[in-house]
Amino acid sequence: MILSLIKKEILLEFRQKSTIGGVLVYVIGTIFVSALCFKGRLDKPTWNALFWVITLYTSVTISGKSFLKETGGQALYNYLHYSPTQFIISKTIYNMVFMLALSFITFFFYAFFIKNEVENLGLFFVVLTLASTGLAAILSLMSAIASKANGNFAIMSILSFPVLMPLILVVIRISKQAVDGIEWAGVGFNFIGILVALNVLTIALSFLLFPYLWRD
Amino acid sequence: MKNWYKILSVIFILYTLVWGLLNPVPRLDILNETIRNVYYHVPIWFAMLFMMTVSLIQSILALTKNNLDNDTKAFNAALVGFFFSLPGLTTGSIWAKYTWGTWWTFQDPKLNGVAISILIYLAYFILRYSVDDEMKRARISAVYNVFAFVMMNVFIMVLPRLTDSLHPGNGGNPAFSQYDMDNNMRMVFYPAVLGWIFFSFWLYNIKNRISFIKNKLND
Repeated sequence: MILSLIKKEILLEFRQKSTIGGVLVYVIGTIFVSALCFKGRLDKPTWNALFWVITLYTSVTISGKSFLKETGGQALYNYLHYSPTQFIISKTIYNMVFMLALSFITFFFYAFFIKNEVENLGLFFVVLTLASTGLAAILSLMSAIASKANGNFAIMSILSFPVLMPLILVVIRISKQAVDGIEWAGVGFNFIGILVALNVLTIALSFLLFPYLWRD
Repeated sequence: MKNWYKILSVIFILYTLVWGLLNPVPRLDILNETIRNVYYHVPIWFAMLFMMTVSLIQSILALTKNNLDNDTKAFNAALVGFFFSLPGLTTGSIWAKYTWGTWWTFQDPKLNGVAISILIYLAYFILRYSVDDEMKRARISAVYNVFAFVMMNVFIMVLPRLTDSLHPGNGGNPAFSQYDMDNNMRMVFYPAVLGWIFFSFWLYNIKNRISFIKNKLND
């Protein structure tokens, strides 16, 4: 059931080529604008901060839409055919996959247009993976809440920015280590532990809380 | 005696206001007399955390029992907690000016955590005002409240313990840890904590009564 829901999401996304193309153009446009603004004069902390700010805004913009189309008749259909836990898990998994792909694409274009400052690429990819899954998990639940609250975009960002902050601060800290090229022995593994824990915690909370958002 | 906590809160707060300024305190580097801020700044934060916890419990009850009264209580507790965060910030900021030399710093995880939790509760209030239907509002805001409370605790409790904080007691700064706070200070600190918590609970009850009367008048 979960698989069929994920398949439905992917089919819908690729059928509507405007969304997926729009996302790509949005990311590349943002990066290009930043590249022109900074003109390559970035030091490492700025490079790191700018990358995560871009990723944060992209993920909020993208994930904000994930529940907005589930309104009216569509919502009623879902309500009759699926259980809430199946629904939120499939949404979260789909968003995670989407965010993963997107953040790697973002990194590619960011490294291409601005420059690649990362010295410990392996660690950076670990962080990037955990960050995108965490972002996707939190934003899926926030998007579900926002879609119930008349679903305007301002509500989505107001709700998500503060709850994303713990994740983003931890991510920025480890990512800084990756950018500075710290050897694996010196890496703050307790921070990676927190990232994993935040992922698990968010999924568990969505699992518990989403059924209450389900009914209208 | 159902008003015992109100009487105790008045007595305790008056006592800490007077005796907190008069009693002898240990001389610690940097802190000196400013250590007395422990009697005001810290208990106010405890009161805020207490109110946030009440808000969480009421939100969970609102979800499980599907009851509008619990939702009103959760909102009022969040409101009182938010109200307590303002003197908490002010006392902390003034103290920081004289010991750290700045009103605000981004170096300290506790300060960031507080700023984020204030943002979270502002978001909670905005979410409530953006939904008109009462039952729907109760459910949606309760879900956000539970989620936000967990995230806030990750921020306030966990992150500061993993990095050095500028706060006394953390990262080798002199402080009121169990070794530095002598018995004279404990005599003021514990009543202060209880006094402010009782006071917040009193405010919360008054807010609840006002809300319930308003609801009755509207019906």
